[in-house]
Amino acid sequence: MRSLIMIIVSCALINNVVLNQFLGICSFVGVSKQMKASASLGVAVIFVLTIASAVASLLYNFVLKPFDLDYMKTIVFILVIAALVQIVEMFLKKTSPSMYKALGIYLPLITTNCAVLGVALTNVQDEYNFIQSVFAGFGTAVGYTIAIVLLAGVRARLDESAIPKPFRGAPVVLLSAALMSIAFMGFGGLA
Amino acid sequence: MNRYLERIYNGVVRENPTFILMLGMCPTLAVSTAAINGLGMGVATTAVLILSNLIISALRKMIPDEVRLPAYIVIVATLVTITELLIKAYVPVLYEALGIYIPLIVVNCIILGRAEAYANKNSVGLAVFDGIGMGLGFTIALTVIGFLRELLGAGSVFGYRVLPESVEPIGIFIKAPGAFLVLALVIAVLNASHVKNRSDRMVNGCDGCCANCAKSASASGCGEEAAK
Repeated sequence: MRSLIMIIVSCALINNVVLNQFLGICSFVGVSKQMKASASLGVAVIFVLTIASAVASLLYNFVLKPFDLDYMKTIVFILVIAALVQIVEMFLKKTSPSMYKALGIYLPLITTNCAVLGVALTNVQDEYNFIQSVFAGFGTAVGYTIAIVLLAGVRARLDESAIPKPFRGAPVVLLSAALMSIAFMGFGGLA
Repeated sequence: MNRYLERIYNGVVRENPTFILMLGMCPTLAVSTAAINGLGMGVATTAVLILSNLIISALRKMIPDEVRLPAYIVIVATLVTITELLIKAYVPVLYEALGIYIPLIVVNCIILGRAEAYANKNSVGLAVFDGIGMGLGFTIALTVIGFLRELLGAGSVFGYRVLPESVEPIGIFIKAPGAFLVLALVIAVLNASHVKNRSDRMVNGCDGCCANCAKSASASGCGEEAAK
């Protein structure tokens, strides 16, 4: 149990997926303009990443590994993730229209989010079993949500500040991300 | 100018994927800890890009429009797997340094973006030169960012120490925050020298459809599909 909690802490804070591993940068800087959208995207990522880690882990441990198809993992994972997101989208549309309305537009966005493929591949690299993979996926997604919501908060404040002209737009957002990344380095002491 | 050479000029200067189009930021930030890593990643991505442009352009009349994105992904993933195995076999040092970011070339927006924006509409020859140009532009950009980070963070260039021992390098530049810092400064310099780039779009208008970012503003791709 302790080790599972450690996996979550490690994935969410110490090795934060955006601020430390640079996965999912596009949506991190692209969507963080609005707090509400950031939070919704965060929830959608938690949802998809947990399921995707579980499916990828099952597939790897019960199909790819026993049949010595290790080298196929990139192709298999990317296709399964793309199909999975489609299925989740259809399932939500049918069973929970309100949730679909809130998260629907973010689901296709997640297919191209490199964090999903990144986590599936990292789980294989770290030789995580099924339970560990699910926790790692969940922890990573929580880390993503924390980072994007924090950046959205910072950006809301930035809108009201006087920023030198060349730094307006992308540079100041990246500088904020750099400072957050420095702050997150402090979590390294937890490991 | 010759149409083929124009493609190369376009990829390196006019529509440089990193500095102007602001695509493929994940690998740009992640592997630019040293100039040599940036160069290695650039070359690997270029190889995949040239071949994927070639294959997708050659098959552009055969792939049905409705399933083109999955088809492209399979082609790109296959090429990436081949590249990964080759790097693992012949340049194990680079394989260790780039790690998980080699398979992640699959989700590099530049590759799918060029397939959607260029390769599926143009002849094989032009598509290959587009791949060479874009790949070269990406490689140069990654090497430049890697060079800056290595120089500031480790005081060396391509592994050779150039700063005198008395100068203490600023270690943060080769750690994660340094990537954001250097990219922010590079974009600020571009803005200050009035180089038109898409950085604003990167932070304000990402709809998650990488193919859209790779195109001109008027053309549409995934968004159109979603609307149907």
